[in-house]
Amino acid sequence: MMIGDWLDIGSVDQITPGTARTLPVVGADEIAVFRTQKNEFYALVNKCPHKQGPLSQGIVHDNVVTCPLHNWNISLKTGEALGEDKGCVPTVPMRVDAGRMYLLRSAVVGSRAA
Amino acid sequence: MNAPASLMEKDRTTPVKERLVVIGNGMAGCRAVEEVLARDPARFDVTIFGAEPRVNYNRIMLSPVLAGEKAFDDIVINGEDWYADNGITLVSGDPVVAIDRATQTVVAKSGRVEPYDRLLIATGSDPFIIPVPGKDLAGVVTFRDLDDVDKMLAAAETGGSAVVIGGGLLGLEAAHGLSLRGMKVTVVHLMPTLMERQLDEAAGYLLKSELERRGQTIVTGGDTAEIIGKDGHVAGVKLKDGREFAADIVVMAVGIRPATGLAKAAGLEVERGIVVDDHMVTSDPAIMAVGECVQHRGACYGLVAPLWEMCRALADAACEQPSGYEGSVTSTKLKVSGIDLFSAGDFSGGDGAEDIVMRDAARGVYKRVVVKDNKLVGAVLYGDTADGNWYFDLLKKGEDISDIREALIFGQAFASGGALLDPNAAVAALSNDAEICGCNGVSKGKVIETINAGACSLDAVRSTCKASASCGSCTGLVESLLALTLGGEVQSGPKTLCKCTSFSHDDVRRLILEKNLRAIPQVMQELHWTTPDGCSSCRPALNYYLLCAWPGEYEDDQKSRFVNERLHANIQKDGTYSVVPRMWGGLTNPRELRAIADVVEKYNAPMVKVTGGQRLDIFGIKKEDLPAVWADLNAAGMVSGHAYGKSLRTVKTCVGSEWCRFGTQDSTGLGVKLERMTWGSWMPHKFKIAVSGCPRNCAEATIKDFGVVCVDSGYELHVGGNGGIKVRATDVLCKVSTEQEAMDVCAAFIQLYREQAHYLERTAPWIERVGLDHVKAGLFDDPDSVNRLAARFRYSQTFCQDDPWAERAAGKHAELHQHLAEVRPLQVEIA
Ligand code: SRM
Ligand SMILES: Cc1cc2nc3c(=O)[nH]c(=O)nc-3n(C[C@H](O)[C@H](O)[C@H](O)COP(=O)(O)OP(=O)(O)OC[C@H]3O[C@@H](n4cnc5c(N)ncnc54)[C@H](O)[C@@H]3O)c2cc1C
Ligand code: SF4
Ligand code: FES
Repeated sequence: MMIGDWLDIGSVDQITPGTARTLPVVGADEIAVFRTQKNEFYALVNKCPHKQGPLSQGIVHDNVVTCPLHNWNISLKTGEALGEDKGCVPTVPMRVDAGRMYLLRSAVVGSRAA
Repeated sequence: MNAPASLMEKDRTTPVKERLVVIGNGMAGCRAVEEVLARDPARFDVTIFGAEPRVNYNRIMLSPVLAGEKAFDDIVINGEDWYADNGITLVSGDPVVAIDRATQTVVAKSGRVEPYDRLLIATGSDPFIIPVPGKDLAGVVTFRDLDDVDKMLAAAETGGSAVVIGGGLLGLEAAHGLSLRGMKVTVVHLMPTLMERQLDEAAGYLLKSELERRGQTIVTGGDTAEIIGKDGHVAGVKLKDGREFAADIVVMAVGIRPATGLAKAAGLEVERGIVVDDHMVTSDPAIMAVGECVQHRGACYGLVAPLWEMCRALADAACEQPSGYEGSVTSTKLKVSGIDLFSAGDFSGGDGAEDIVMRDAARGVYKRVVVKDNKLVGAVLYGDTADGNWYFDLLKKGEDISDIREALIFGQAFASGGALLDPNAAVAALSNDAEICGCNGVSKGKVIETINAGACSLDAVRSTCKASASCGSCTGLVESLLALTLGGEVQSGPKTLCKCTSFSHDDVRRLILEKNLRAIPQVMQELHWTTPDGCSSCRPALNYYLLCAWPGEYEDDQKSRFVNERLHANIQKDGTYSVVPRMWGGLTNPRELRAIADVVEKYNAPMVKVTGGQRLDIFGIKKEDLPAVWADLNAAGMVSGHAYGKSLRTVKTCVGSEWCRFGTQDSTGLGVKLERMTWGSWMPHKFKIAVSGCPRNCAEATIKDFGVVCVDSGYELHVGGNGGIKVRATDVLCKVSTEQEAMDVCAAFIQLYREQAHYLERTAPWIERVGLDHVKAGLFDDPDSVNRLAARFRYSQTFCQDDPWAERAAGKHAELHQHLAEVRPLQVEIA
């Protein structure tokens, strides 16, 4: 790991398992950081591939979030819509180390909307 | 110092041995030496430094020592004779304080200097101490070595209370030991699930219940604020939420940190642990490291199994037959007698991963295996861990399990026998008197008899002979019998609550009461949910059913609520929220209007609109601004209008007898009273009320869930109206002569609906389904029913009529409204 590749976004305690929090990015799309019931961490652009619903506000079950606007199920691992629905939201590589959360800096920048 | 070996050899008759110095007389250090000796006993002159004043022992067995199941002598791995027989110099009780790489020496605390050709760092880890006030008080101990155990035993001798901070493996084993030694134990765990790294919510819940049954107090979601002291000794632990627990001893077991201090000071490459390659060599080729202190391919380990593999690779390399270490998959068992728990691999699910869940509530068993690409990738077992090693083996080998998939969850015996590959065949082979349903004592013969007598669906069998009507664990067997007896004629019964269960809404509601189920994971376990933590359909439904069943006792599960109910506002298509304060019965006044106008201006709300429910809706508020908006509205005396909830929405009124020339009763006044009585309640779906002052019905009472039409002689009460997608006019329920009676019937009707309807079923479809007569019977057949139902409603309301906005405005769940941080990725790191 090269220091500087990863953005420290704070301590894991800030997210209750089974919920998400948001991270506005200056010059790019807001990111939703999820913590599942089983303490897996995921970061995705906070926009549903359907009609840009804020995924951070959905119900999390297993590692899927149900979009609060029209109930699409989005995989937290791949960002892909599950079931019949088609679409994909960019994911941001994330790691957790010694109780801190890190996002891959290049991906955070890359999440900038086209 | 570092003279070439060839020079020295000239002066000696025997070949010169390399000097191997080991720092750390623990599990990895000594095992590494054992492995080296096994390969080449003559290769090294070995000196081991140990900070602890004792020989090498099995650290993991400290738990049984604490619990009184073993003595120290039983857990010694290598006694003094081992060091002597192998010519090893043990320097115990004298920690190394520095490594000098230039001169290839180590310096111990006593001043002793020891030269090395090869150095092995095996310093293990240090317990992590949370930095709270009081952490240095006497009586605060960690759980790492024998001295810690001795301190705990000394404290336990006088009885009293212990608080263990940390509900992971170590903390729970400490709690178990102290509890067996007679202390009153409280475990404080930061996370909602015990051992959350190894367990899922379901297994964590079972574990918690069992420990509580054994008399321990388990506090999950408990964040320690400080350790309270008295005369320099601990006296208790205080949590951030204000709760306090008395303690004569506090055990900190919140985690460990690789002990890297020496390595870092010596300039070796250190990240989280001492960085080593696949041969356990550090950034200095003369120095190796092994055990919990290392970081290999980015991973640090806190269990012994990986250490054994590391030691093997290390010895191979040190003896010039390098093999390499590739990292480990780990599994965990909890060493608490009577609790069987096993976890391995990755059980986080995910794409392409499929969960196979088996629950046996009667035996307290929960098993979950996770399969991906036809391979087993994870397993959690609670209550029956007999197959743990088998699963772990399948997992490590990455074997293709497609052939045994169907039987995988039943364990090795079944899977290898192949007996269950066709479950119907197995059931067909059962004798007629074989028991199918253990809960209700129903035999196979009885089930077949029931089916032959006309019960053609699972539901019909359940309601006729009760087989699988209680815990549902025999559902599969009953389904097989249906298939065997009827072939293709099996009828599907009423819809199940969702795909996670074979039970219908009604069954689930009934069983929650019958079996006294009090939490979502408990319902899922007892009713054999087929998924580990439900889905977005069943979680909100169960949350409501439990809330309705146990008013005041059930703790609402925020993460099972739809966003609107979690944020107490309506989400809009652009992700902002709308805010609708209550205007009782549609009445308002200058103060309220001014407050709304101020909010609209202050927060730049792009729109404010009169709703179809006789009140004002402020649009376009950001989630961060919600608490401040609410605080402003609260200050003007306004509370949440629940325009977002499966709850009482509005009570529409008309002007009534006070002003209207046709008005027969005070419809506005009654509307306000009804709203005051019913606001805040949670319901299966949204619920709307209206009161019209005369049959002209200007408040549209006949398309509401509960409508009142005032007439000269009293009040006509209407139910089951709906103005939405499918318009339905109300049915007349009854006529009463006083306001009080109208209020009582309203409360009773709502309660009947709350207790009986399915989640997300409004009163109109509910009444269409069960029939108006059923509703009337429920209310009026017994003259006391209205009072009893109304009393239950009013009781549950005592817990619901706190304004949820006020709590948020005061700071509760602030995290729901705040961003984690803001990033400027193109600039420097954020704070
Ligand atoms: C704001 C409002 C429209 C307006 O500007 O007037 C409104 C707005 C919404 N209605 Fe409504 N309904 C509003 C009065 C009504 C009425 C009229 C009434 O209550 O007298 C009806 C028909 C009466 C009825 O419910 O029987 C009505 C029938 C619906 C329905 C269909 C319900 C049904 O049973 O068929 C939905 C959809 C649903 O609930 O699933 C709905 C859903 C919605 C939602 C919540 C859509 C959604 O799920 O996000 C809208 C939220 C907007 C927001 O953020 O505030 N709204 N909605 C009204 C708020 C009333 C209030 O003060 O609380
Ligand atoms: C109570 C308890 C129960 C456990 N249960 C399990 C279990 O069930 N399963 C499992 O897999 N694992 C379990 N573990 C974890 C397991 O014990 C560790 O993974 C293992 O002991 C690590 O071995 P190690 O050699 O790296 O560290 P250690 O065994 O801790 O050895 C390191 C040694 O180095 C010494 N040392 C440190 N610094 C210096 C210095 N400067 N100079 C000299 N000596 C030094 C320390 O005093 C210590 O004796 C348990 C641990 C504890 C404490
Ligand atoms: S009618 Fe439709 S669009 Fe209009 S507020 Fe109601 S749900 Fe929204
Ligand atoms: S915007 Fe997410 S489902 Fe429609």
